Amino acid sequence: MEYKAFQPIFYNITRINKATCELQCHMASYDEMAIINGKLAQVVKIVGDQVTLQVFSGTEGIPTDAEVLFTGEPPILKVSEDLAGRFLNAYGKPIDNGPEVQGEPRMIGGPSINPTKRERPSELILTGIAGIDLNNTLVTGQKIPFFADPEQPFNQVMADVALRAKADRIILGGIGLQHDDYLFFKNIFENAGAIDRIVSFINTTEDPSVERLLIPDMALTAAEYFAIDRNEKVLVLLTDLTLYCDALSIVSNNMDQISSKDNMPASLYSDLARLYEKAVQFPAGGSITIIAVTTLSGGDITHAIPDNTGYITEGQLFLRRDAEIGKTIVDPFRSLSRLKQLVIGKKTREDHPQVMNTAVRLYSDSANARTKLENGFDLNDYDKRCLSYAKEYSEKLLAIDVNVDIEDMLNTSWSLFSRYFKKEELAIRQDLVDKYWKD
Amino acid sequence: MTTTSTIKKGTVTGIISNLVMAVSDAPVAQNEICYISIGEEQLLGEIIKVIGKDIFIQCFESTRGMKVGNTIRFTDEMLEVTLGPGMLSKIYDGLQNDLKKFDSLLIKRGKRSEALDTSSRWHFVPLVEQGKTVSAGDWLGEVKENAIPHRIMVPFKLSGRYKIKKLVDEGDFGIDDVLAILESEEGENIDVKLWQKWPVKKPLKGYVEKVRPFAMLETGVRIIDTLIPIAEGGTGFIPGPFGTGKTVLQHAISKQADADVIIFAACGERANEIVDVFTEFPELDDPHTGRKLMERTIIIANTSNMPVAAREASVYTAMTIAEYFRNMGLKVLILADSTSRWAQALREMSNRLEELPGPDAFPMDLTAVIANFYARAGYVFLTNGSTGSITFLGTVSPSGGNLKEPVTEATKKSARCFYALSQKRADQKRYPAVDPTESYSKYLEYPEMQNYLHEHISALWIDMVTRTKDILLRGREVHDQINILGDDGVPLDYHVQFWKAEVIDFVILQQDAFDTIDAMTPIVRQKYMLQLVLQICQMEFDFKDFEEVAGFFKRIINKLKQLNYSTYESEQFKKIVEEYTLIINEKRIA
Ligand SMILES: Nc1ncnc2c1ncn2[C@@H]1O[C@H](COP(=O)(O)OP(=O)(O)OP(=O)(O)O)[C@@H](O)[C@H]1O
Ligand SMILES: [Mg+2]
Repeated sequence: MEYKAFQPIFYNITRINKATCELQCHMASYDEMAIINGKLAQVVKIVGDQVTLQVFSGTEGIPTDAEVLFTGEPPILKVSEDLAGRFLNAYGKPIDNGPEVQGEPRMIGGPSINPTKRERPSELILTGIAGIDLNNTLVTGQKIPFFADPEQPFNQVMADVALRAKADRIILGGIGLQHDDYLFFKNIFENAGAIDRIVSFINTTEDPSVERLLIPDMALTAAEYFAIDRNEKVLVLLTDLTLYCDALSIVSNNMDQISSKDNMPASLYSDLARLYEKAVQFPAGGSITIIAVTTLSGGDITHAIPDNTGYITEGQLFLRRDAEIGKTIVDPFRSLSRLKQLVIGKKTREDHPQVMNTAVRLYSDSANARTKLENGFDLNDYDKRCLSYAKEYSEKLLAIDVNVDIEDMLNTSWSLFSRYFKKEELAIRQDLVDKYWKD
Repeated sequence: MTTTSTIKKGTVTGIISNLVMAVSDAPVAQNEICYISIGEEQLLGEIIKVIGKDIFIQCFESTRGMKVGNTIRFTDEMLEVTLGPGMLSKIYDGLQNDLKKFDSLLIKRGKRSEALDTSSRWHFVPLVEQGKTVSAGDWLGEVKENAIPHRIMVPFKLSGRYKIKKLVDEGDFGIDDVLAILESEEGENIDVKLWQKWPVKKPLKGYVEKVRPFAMLETGVRIIDTLIPIAEGGTGFIPGPFGTGKTVLQHAISKQADADVIIFAACGERANEIVDVFTEFPELDDPHTGRKLMERTIIIANTSNMPVAAREASVYTAMTIAEYFRNMGLKVLILADSTSRWAQALREMSNRLEELPGPDAFPMDLTAVIANFYARAGYVFLTNGSTGSITFLGTVSPSGGNLKEPVTEATKKSARCFYALSQKRADQKRYPAVDPTESYSKYLEYPEMQNYLHEHISALWIDMVTRTKDILLRGREVHDQINILGDDGVPLDYHVQFWKAEVIDFVILQQDAFDTIDAMTPIVRQKYMLQLVLQICQMEFDFKDFEEVAGFFKRIINKLKQLNYSTYESEQFKKIVEEYTLIINEKRIA
């Protein structure tokens, strides 16, 4: 971010917290950026002549007589083709030793898209992962998070998805990314020869946590530039939004706001929706798809962060370790892609919806059988068949290391059906059974 | 409100997100609308609190760039909607801006657009004669709007009686043409045009009497119509954790419901869900008129990324438009998704105002606010003896899926139908995931509703419904027993009872909202299916062991599901019934 050089003035700072400070000033405008003692800050509250600044890199070292420069402008990002291939920090400054990005300044966190100017998403994103393509098909313009415990390989899966999806542009927003993971993304993108398609905004765990609040808006402003101005299919990866929410709660606590559930600000839903709703399909062909990561603590999805996220996004992808096959799978029960019905059976083979539902239902029957087994009951023939089916289904279709096309996924499902079940146990429309059942 | 000729001004003294603090020398009123200037832009705001000289305003648009000292213009008006022909098929924002009239991709703040189309011409037919005496809400004439006779009514803001001094003859008119001149008892003349205005927070009451709802509102959704019916003019709510099917259920209802006008209040939810409606509805047929669904639909869209304060306005805007149509003697259905977002908007504001928080930091008066709102629905008799209704169905998004949270509890006190969506049923893909035992309709207990069902469906209907519920409940109990004692540990009959309940579950309760045939079940077909399924439940069968029980009933379910996917009474339908009868007869004890 670059700002016109106004004259900095010394102010009497009346209150300093971890992330915010207050001063007396008559000219501040709401949301504008300021530089206090060399640090970037934003006006978050004005009451009379008392102005509260949120200091992104923390208030360490700010004196009570700090020098403050009000820029008169909200936070901006300079956008142009030059963003391609660049690694930038939360302020849009290079961290790759390259030159400053030149371009048109755009205010970040800008207004929302007129819903009537949207187009209904209808273009498949194929990932080769059956747990996604078969059971939770993604489309361009969708917003969906991975819900995962911290030890799960969500960043790897996300990178796979990003590289296999035929996106024109990939924008990575690293929010509190561990340094090793940052290097992981860098390597995998470089090795795939995809670096020119990628723009990265990175805040690592070494960087101040409040700075993180800028990352998603920066990434999405860049995304809007490519999707609107250049009509590109843009894929935005945001990892990890749980850390974003934690930063929100730090700021709101610093401002003495009454917090709601799990110490999160009462506005958490709106704060997250503002980001996710940037996902869009435009009639002209440009689109923004958002794939995010929300890490869970102890798998608890009733916590305010995953809970609010679930109410905003168009489904969620759950990663879980299947002990029996020793692999990570996309959990078919908790995962859901809400936009799948726009494409399955329409852009994919006609039997897709019914095959998918039946396969999952039979898998859930196996869960019942397992409960019986654990409670020490005898298993009947159907239970036993379900259990064997479940194992193979998990291995051949749910595991995240599967990489096949969607036709194969459907054929594999039919072979599993005929290996373990009778036609009438499927409850699939007769004409489909007649056509696809494998004797 | 006082009317002053001079412009009332004020100045900004503080800004916290969408809360703006201000002072003014002029008198202001609670809920008065004002415009806050930032340069050229005029942002809309509403006064929500006054303490001494301090005025608290909720700003409906982004306050970015606002400064202390910015000027405010107060309007003497509350937030109003414009009511008249041309609202059908529109997509409005929460403040009734016609979103299609904005050119740019992004919504620019400070921009407004006309709610009605100034260029349209409407064919007006008078319904009364010149010289007659009328009062607020009386029909003066009508214009045809799509399938609807859109009545042009005496302005609701008028009180007392008026003589029709002049009324135009049948002909084509624009929105702003004067159609009638009314003369008050004091001799004052009032022009009546095709449109009028009304403040959204005040109930629009042009009716004589509100009666208890007595007729069923057919929705085409089996679990609702058959087991937990909602009444025309009734209220209901759908709480459910995320992804359990609230929106899909509402959309399914909107496609088939027997209503003249459907209003979607998309309140703080996803923009793509609105795109769904305006992409699909212009293609789909209204099963009742054969016209396109969009022709009877109005969308009020305050998506989750739009300014929070306008969320509250959006539900009131929807309700006021509904009240206007109700007064034309029409059946209106409002679908609000999600009322929790509205409650959250209230909470955000109440927190910024540093009000004493109630449970979960929601405002103390939440229950009262919700109750007042639901009370605006209802079945009414108009002055001319016609009837009109507003049926209100809202979703609730309980945080953490916990139904003990304040919004669910408050809503439960107001809404008379409760459609609890169960996470477990959704996980099992048993859609719609309405929990058949937790959910209820208080209307089923109304004698007038019972009479209605008796006359319109069957004298045995209530009895059949009760039996169905008993079988489902029993199914649940035996299922628990089987789980505790094991397949072998219970009598064979337990398995039969369990599977009979499963037949009801799979064939009646579950319904595929995305299959063109299954999605839509008119009440005659529902009656046929329920009779069929209850017959099975009464039959006795001869089984060797529990595995045979399961195998047999799965075949039955499979056949009956095929039935649900076939056109009613088609050749295919009849063929499946025959095949099914053969299966039944294999095991049936005569
Ligand atoms: N009747 C149905 N038939 C088939 N699938 C359904 C049905 N109802 C819901 N679903 C599935 O569940 C998904 C989520 O449904 P929906 O969007 O209605 O949930 P919701 O309760 O509104 O969630 P949120 O609170 O997050 O808005 C749908 O995208 C669809 O895949
Ligand atoms: Mg929904």
